[in-house]
Amino acid sequence: MSTASVPLPNWINYALLPVVNLTLAFLISGLVVWIIGESPYDALKLMLQGALGRGEGIGFTLYYATNFIFTGLSVAVAIHAGLFNIGSEGQAYVGGLGAALVALAFDHYVPWYVTMPFAVIAAAVFGAGWALIPAWLQAKRGSHIVITTIMFNFIGAALMVYLLVNVLIVPGKMAPETRTFLEGGQLPKLDWLMALFGLKLGPAPFNVSFLIALVMCVVVWVLIWRTRFGYEVRTLGLSRSAAGYAGISYVRTVMIIMLISGGLAGMMALNPVMGASARLQVEFVGGAGFVGIAVSLMGRNHPLGIVLAAILFGILYQGGAELSFEMPTITRDMIVVIQGLVILFAGALEYMFRPAIVRIYQQLVRA
Amino acid sequence: MDSFDILVSILGSTIRLSVPLIFTALAGLFSERSGIFDIGLEGKMLAAAFASATAAHVSGSALVGLGCGIGVSIAFSLVHGFASITNRGNQIVSGVAINFVAAGLTAVLGQAWFRQGGRTPQLPGEARFGPITLPGTDMMRDVPVIGPLYANVISGNNLLTYLAFLAVPLSWWVLYRTRFGLRLRAVGENPGAVDTAGISVTWLRYRAVIVAGFLCGFSGTYLAIAQSAAFINNMSAGKGYIALAALIFAKWKPVPVMFACLLFGFLDALANFMQGKSVPLIGEVPVQIFQALPYVLTCILLAGLIGAANPPKAGGVPYVKER
Repeated sequence: MSTASVPLPNWINYALLPVVNLTLAFLISGLVVWIIGESPYDALKLMLQGALGRGEGIGFTLYYATNFIFTGLSVAVAIHAGLFNIGSEGQAYVGGLGAALVALAFDHYVPWYVTMPFAVIAAAVFGAGWALIPAWLQAKRGSHIVITTIMFNFIGAALMVYLLVNVLIVPGKMAPETRTFLEGGQLPKLDWLMALFGLKLGPAPFNVSFLIALVMCVVVWVLIWRTRFGYEVRTLGLSRSAAGYAGISYVRTVMIIMLISGGLAGMMALNPVMGASARLQVEFVGGAGFVGIAVSLMGRNHPLGIVLAAILFGILYQGGAELSFEMPTITRDMIVVIQGLVILFAGALEYMFRPAIVRIYQQLVRA
Repeated sequence: MDSFDILVSILGSTIRLSVPLIFTALAGLFSERSGIFDIGLEGKMLAAAFASATAAHVSGSALVGLGCGIGVSIAFSLVHGFASITNRGNQIVSGVAINFVAAGLTAVLGQAWFRQGGRTPQLPGEARFGPITLPGTDMMRDVPVIGPLYANVISGNNLLTYLAFLAVPLSWWVLYRTRFGLRLRAVGENPGAVDTAGISVTWLRYRAVIVAGFLCGFSGTYLAIAQSAAFINNMSAGKGYIALAALIFAKWKPVPVMFACLLFGFLDALANFMQGKSVPLIGEVPVQIFQALPYVLTCILLAGLIGAANPPKAGGVPYVKER
């Protein structure tokens, strides 16, 4: 009998399998470190110390995690409709334009809490706008969303570089970036939140975007599991033909969920643009859109899982930075390797161990 | 320079820039025609570039470099095959993973082994694929119009360039005139029918991804030890995705693939040439337009404005034999 259809209890599906896959990914990463000639144990220790050792490290970890929560949610909502949005990277990049334009327009006149709602909306609208054409091509023309969103990443990157180099640049400056936003265009740091736990934030850019990200987790949870539209989305994701017979419009559902996905990706820009650097810079997304794929896969497309996976990747990013500082033979690119292995084992090979685990489980149940 | 010389020089660099696209797009063609989506072309190309530059540096031989490039690229495509054929995993996810692992590993290993910021050491001439002067170049040089074209565009390229243009008719022949090709195309459209005929879907698809790895090995090697003389961090720089766009633009057919790659190579050559120059009436054209144009054109095609592009029907769907 095929083992693919044997039901397994939730704790195996949602805890044991991901942990086994993740362990394998980290074991192979350790192997790479060992091949380079460093001790994997020391590397792991340095990483954990760098990411969680001090208040500043935790601040950076949570700052990175904020990015990944947004992009992870963006990938996840699309996956619930059976769509693979690889374009979170580009949507976040263009979303940054929305946030920056609002910050540039408002920062002279109003305090940050007035700017913030407009910036959130603008970032989401710009991000959603960048998902619009791929969504339309998927819904109406049947063009594969993966292909079109990849292409829109590149078109978006070209567009943003053009705008930053030719339009938004400060006259007379060399760096392709906007002017620094004033206080009214910056999102304040969460020193007080860290102080509650007796930690000092230091220069870490952990800011209000984190709270927006948590709110979005709740919003996504309600949307997907507690609304009629979410039910339609999940139905479509499970079976397009069943959704069709149930009278769920394919075009409408695909368009709306992709706009939501793009909007969530766009909001990611708030964190680096308004929370950290207080200006729009070239390539500020830095691969967070792609990390979102890994985060969503590991978090099983559920907001709670996404938060946990985002924090894990935050630890990797911050710890990896510290590690490359302490062990110069290991560059920051080691994070990219780990990320790739996590995507491979937790995503593409997620069922590799399932048959074996099913066999063990059946023996245990019988015994 | 008069305008004819400019044209010859742009055409020359068009050829040079199209070669990696042609190999990579043909790789994608074999894989996708068998029903396996391959987003990981970029990663395989990068891994092959690193492997070939490293092997050529160690051995001092370009051919050993090519062999290692192909070997590593095939190893990556076997991982893709293991994930998407044997384990029926998501092919897109697997491709994304391969791109990440390749980008990260080449940078980490390059820095750990050579400590030159991710570069491999500069290769001497004999460890690279050098230009080959075709017979009759000197004789033809003085013939007007055809002479310079022959001398600067057709002759004087390296071995891999000629192989790329040979690979196009060869791919056509394999896909449309051999039993393997017929079965490969069938398995991408209707694997159930192929299975019913008693042919192994799994083995057929594995062979297709191995061919894809083989061809990506050539494109990566070309980047590192024919076009340049060393591996540079992330040197594939999105060419794998442009090749993917070319594949779609060419509607998954070998000869149009070559023309699409030449078109995208031409746009790239034009962008390099136009940098900092201004066009009468328009002024300076931003380079970013040329960078985005291959993708914009492909999206316009997908929107149905230049005919329809129909992908292989079973593409991206893992084949399940038993129920």
